[in-house]
Amino acid sequence: MHFISPVLWQFLVNWLTHFALFPPEASGIAPYTDALYFFLVLISLVGMTIVVLLVVLFSVLYRKERNPEATQIEGSTLLEATWTIIPLALFMVTFVWGALLYFRIYNPPTNAMNIYIVGKQWMWKAEHPGGQHEINALHIPVNRPVQLTMISQDVFHSFSIPAFRVKREVIPGRYSTVWFEATQPGTYHLFCTQYCGTLHSGMIGEIVAMKPEAYEAWTAGSTSGASLAQNGERLFASLGCNSCHSGAGDARGPSLAQSYGGKLQMANGSYVNVDEAFLRDAILNPTMHQMAGYAPIMPTYQGQISEEGLIALVEYIKNLNSNYRVQQTLNTSQVQAPAAAAPVNGQGTVKP
Amino acid sequence: MIATPPAHVQEHSTHEHPAHLRHHFASVEQQRESASFGMWLFLLTEIMFFGGMFAAYLIYRNWYYPAFVVGSHQLSIFLGTFNTAVLICSSFTMAMGVYSAEMKRRKALIGWLLATIFLGLVFLGVKADEYHEKWEKHHVPGLNFSTQDFTHPTDKEPPLPADMAAKTQVYFSLYFAMTGMHALHMVIGISILVILVVQAWAGAYTQGHMTTIENFGLYWHFVDIVWIFLFPLLYLISRHQ
Amino acid sequence: MSTATIVKLPPQETASLPKKSYLNSEYGLKSWLLTGDHKRIAILYLISITFFFFIGGAMAGLIRLELLTPQSDLMATDTYNKVFTMHGVIMIFLFLVPSVPATIGNFLIPIMVGAKDLAFPKINLLSWYLYIVAGIFTIAALVLGGVDTGWTFTTPLSTHYLNTHVITAGLGIFIAGFSSIFTGLNFIVTIHRMRAPGMTWFRLPLFVWSNYAASILMVLGTPVLAITLVLVILERAIGIGVFDPSKGGDPLLFQHLFWFYSHPAVYIMILPGMGVISEVISTFSRKRVFGYTAVAFSSVAIAVFGFFVWAHHMFIMGVSNYSALVFSLLTMLVAVPSAIKIFNWAATLYKGSITFETPMLYAFGFIGLFTIGGLTGVFLGSLGMDIHLTETYFIVAHFHFVMVGGMLMAYLAGVHFWWPKMTGRMYPEALSKLAALVTFIGFNLTFFPQFIVGYLGMPRRYAAYPPEFQVLNVLSTAGATVLGIGYLLPMIYMTWSLKYGKIAGANPWQATGLEWQIQSPPLTENFTETPIVDHDAYDYEWLANKTEHEVQTVG
Repeated sequence: MHFISPVLWQFLVNWLTHFALFPPEASGIAPYTDALYFFLVLISLVGMTIVVLLVVLFSVLYRKERNPEATQIEGSTLLEATWTIIPLALFMVTFVWGALLYFRIYNPPTNAMNIYIVGKQWMWKAEHPGGQHEINALHIPVNRPVQLTMISQDVFHSFSIPAFRVKREVIPGRYSTVWFEATQPGTYHLFCTQYCGTLHSGMIGEIVAMKPEAYEAWTAGSTSGASLAQNGERLFASLGCNSCHSGAGDARGPSLAQSYGGKLQMANGSYVNVDEAFLRDAILNPTMHQMAGYAPIMPTYQGQISEEGLIALVEYIKNLNSNYRVQQTLNTSQVQAPAAAAPVNGQGTVKP
Repeated sequence: MIATPPAHVQEHSTHEHPAHLRHHFASVEQQRESASFGMWLFLLTEIMFFGGMFAAYLIYRNWYYPAFVVGSHQLSIFLGTFNTAVLICSSFTMAMGVYSAEMKRRKALIGWLLATIFLGLVFLGVKADEYHEKWEKHHVPGLNFSTQDFTHPTDKEPPLPADMAAKTQVYFSLYFAMTGMHALHMVIGISILVILVVQAWAGAYTQGHMTTIENFGLYWHFVDIVWIFLFPLLYLISRHQ
Repeated sequence: MSTATIVKLPPQETASLPKKSYLNSEYGLKSWLLTGDHKRIAILYLISITFFFFIGGAMAGLIRLELLTPQSDLMATDTYNKVFTMHGVIMIFLFLVPSVPATIGNFLIPIMVGAKDLAFPKINLLSWYLYIVAGIFTIAALVLGGVDTGWTFTTPLSTHYLNTHVITAGLGIFIAGFSSIFTGLNFIVTIHRMRAPGMTWFRLPLFVWSNYAASILMVLGTPVLAITLVLVILERAIGIGVFDPSKGGDPLLFQHLFWFYSHPAVYIMILPGMGVISEVISTFSRKRVFGYTAVAFSSVAIAVFGFFVWAHHMFIMGVSNYSALVFSLLTMLVAVPSAIKIFNWAATLYKGSITFETPMLYAFGFIGLFTIGGLTGVFLGSLGMDIHLTETYFIVAHFHFVMVGGMLMAYLAGVHFWWPKMTGRMYPEALSKLAALVTFIGFNLTFFPQFIVGYLGMPRRYAAYPPEFQVLNVLSTAGATVLGIGYLLPMIYMTWSLKYGKIAGANPWQATGLEWQIQSPPLTENFTETPIVDHDAYDYEWLANKTEHEVQTVG
């Protein structure tokens, strides 16, 4: 094919091998999204056909040569009502269907496994609880609900997996979540879809969905040696958290064991659900989450800890079933470095 | 400044209407009503303009109430009240100016307009002093802000924890944005007043056509009303003890 | 296509332009730059808007050239980011927002209501000068090195993470906003207070209703953009932290404030275009618009509802599920009045006497393309669907269908329709029909593939993309070339027509409407005596009676 220029050849090859009208349906929710899309395409086609047909038909039937005299018609309330109510009804169906789909995509099931995503200009960092760290890639098992808890270190980004039909904004200063269940092993595109500066179009990666055995092998082979909770445990000690949150009955701070997932009463009488967002914000803005029965003496760690560090701490607290680990670290740190045992103002500046 | 169509000056003698009637209007009534309507519409845009900042204030005060309380207590309630009184007086002098124009009293009009300018300048002077004080105390966000006064207060204010103290920057950001925007409107108003004084001296508004003075009065009262909202929202948070 | 036409021109051998008109009432640059005449200001806007359109169009050309290949190889990625930002800023704020209101609206609204000028001619001129200053600031931002925030200026990117000319561009848009506010203010007061005797609200042409609705949006919505820009500029310049999470601010607040204006902005852009379509469809079917009241009220309904849907630009940004529900519901509601209009226009054709002059071709193009664009808006208003589609090329295709396929076509329809009135000359019909066809074909080829590549997942604002998206991008760029030709043609033949076009006479289209009962081009004061209106808009029987009883005079 030497007489076809290489560019044209590349073009043709791309066309023939890649041309598709929609991405692979690789998640549990993808067929539902596509179903709504087909419904919308259908009613759009019907609507378009009606409008175009009317316009073309009337243009032909009532063109000047065929109908030299126009008939003045004021209107018809019946027709107005018809073409108000029918579109409105169709739009309402669209609204309900879309709302149901939305709630499905943004409300994870309780048994979802959690992976943390930190976005920064211009890369994605994935933090698995088992201690695997990835850059611009995410390995996940198929047929298991996966929830992503995401935050940005700098500007707005957006985590998008077209093959799974999910996308969520990744926001500086607060967690956002999305969940999915991959159904087909394979490698899929990951895009950042919120304009974030120079290398916005370079902030892409791969979602690798693997069969359970392959995923197990991957997690075993890719771990960094310490799980997120273990990293969190180290931070908890080095930042001096265990001096107040020692788990003892007379401690200055509340016990954190089994706090995740429960309800806490705040000083102003309201109840809050303890989730990742609450834990993160309580570390950074303790005054705004004053717990009932405790003095407002917790210092803020704003500026002293990175988002990864916060994630590690959150993981640690999530997995805290008893105060045993807390006591252990308290004892350990007190034995090894008595001077640094109880810094009151959170002077530890270790960032992992 | 606008080129009027030629030969129009001569035509004034051929049909009876006041010289101030613009020719695209059918009557003096239409002109006056249109000008008034236009000014009210413009004030509506100003409400939307300040509205964005009021919305931001609403949200942040709800989130960071303790920081807002402490920030508010940093402002001088004496100066704030004094300025409020100054502005209310200036609205009175402006209203008297409108009345003088209606009564065709040129000297009175000029006097009242000058009084309004004077009061406006007093307001701005006090505001400048307040801003200067904020600068000295390192309460200007972004430029030289320090939370020292809030974490270790020297007066009888309760100390704020460090994270809530950091939020006082949001309070002061809104303080400077809102009062700064208000002050800008005052400056524009005073500049227009100067022009009005010059025109009034030439007798422009005391011959039966005082729409300009009336409508400017609306603008001035509006700027006053914005302050009357700003004052309690910024100065009077939790002052009752 | 039929060759029948309703065009009726005066006999060309004896015809000439009127001796006196607004164009020759005074000569000299000063008489134009210091004019109070709404028609001259409209012409000033026409020239300046066209200038900025071509700069924005050049930016579009650069974008499509870059996107021919999957790699970011034509220009540096930073440059590409600056190019698409400029394209958006110029096209939205310096072209689309003022397009119909500032040119056609300025020219026609006083005449359509039977007045001699707008309520505040000096403010009208100020509006134009503000527009020019805004343009200068924007060009300055471009020349000094560009700005790469995207037209949406998202914080904290625009406040803390870029070192380009954000403040210059922000000031430019701020000033453009005031130009827009003053135009809207002028229109509202004029329409309320300066209607001729007998011109009741329900006798007004639908073009006036649409511009009135758009003016309400301009007046109420634009100030919010102004304050948002001020806060962004202050945050960038001196570091106040209203939107900065590290200082306790909330970047999502910026999104709410920004979209509170920017959603009504799209209705500011489209409503005047819809007004043009009403006029054109009526004239070229010789019929009153079907359902006048419905069309009039739907314009106002779009304006009112348009204020309550802004967060549909933020469905995936962390707004609560329940507020997402409310905004999605309201978005569905705001789609209904637009549907009502489309059906009313189609019904207007029923039992009409239709001819296919150029404005009518553009109007047909509008109906088809705006329907597609509007329907895809319903896709996006549907929450679950939006998750997959948002921030992809689907959105880009959607808004180009409504803005370019819709609004720009309506603008061209309007310019072609009222060109004889503004200049006294006709443009060459064959060339203009060709341009309309070329534009339609080029448009579809450019933007339809973008729906597909968007569903495939291609994100917007990407300089480089995965190779499997190349085919569709190449198609799109090919279409853009054709589209460019379609837009260049009118430039050429319209300019040509100024000197060589046929003399149009007062009413070449035999249309109703006060503007067609006066000479072309009109006198400075529009009417020799105040018109007394005793008939509805689009009253073709009145027109037939009138033409029988008078000889059409020209010049």
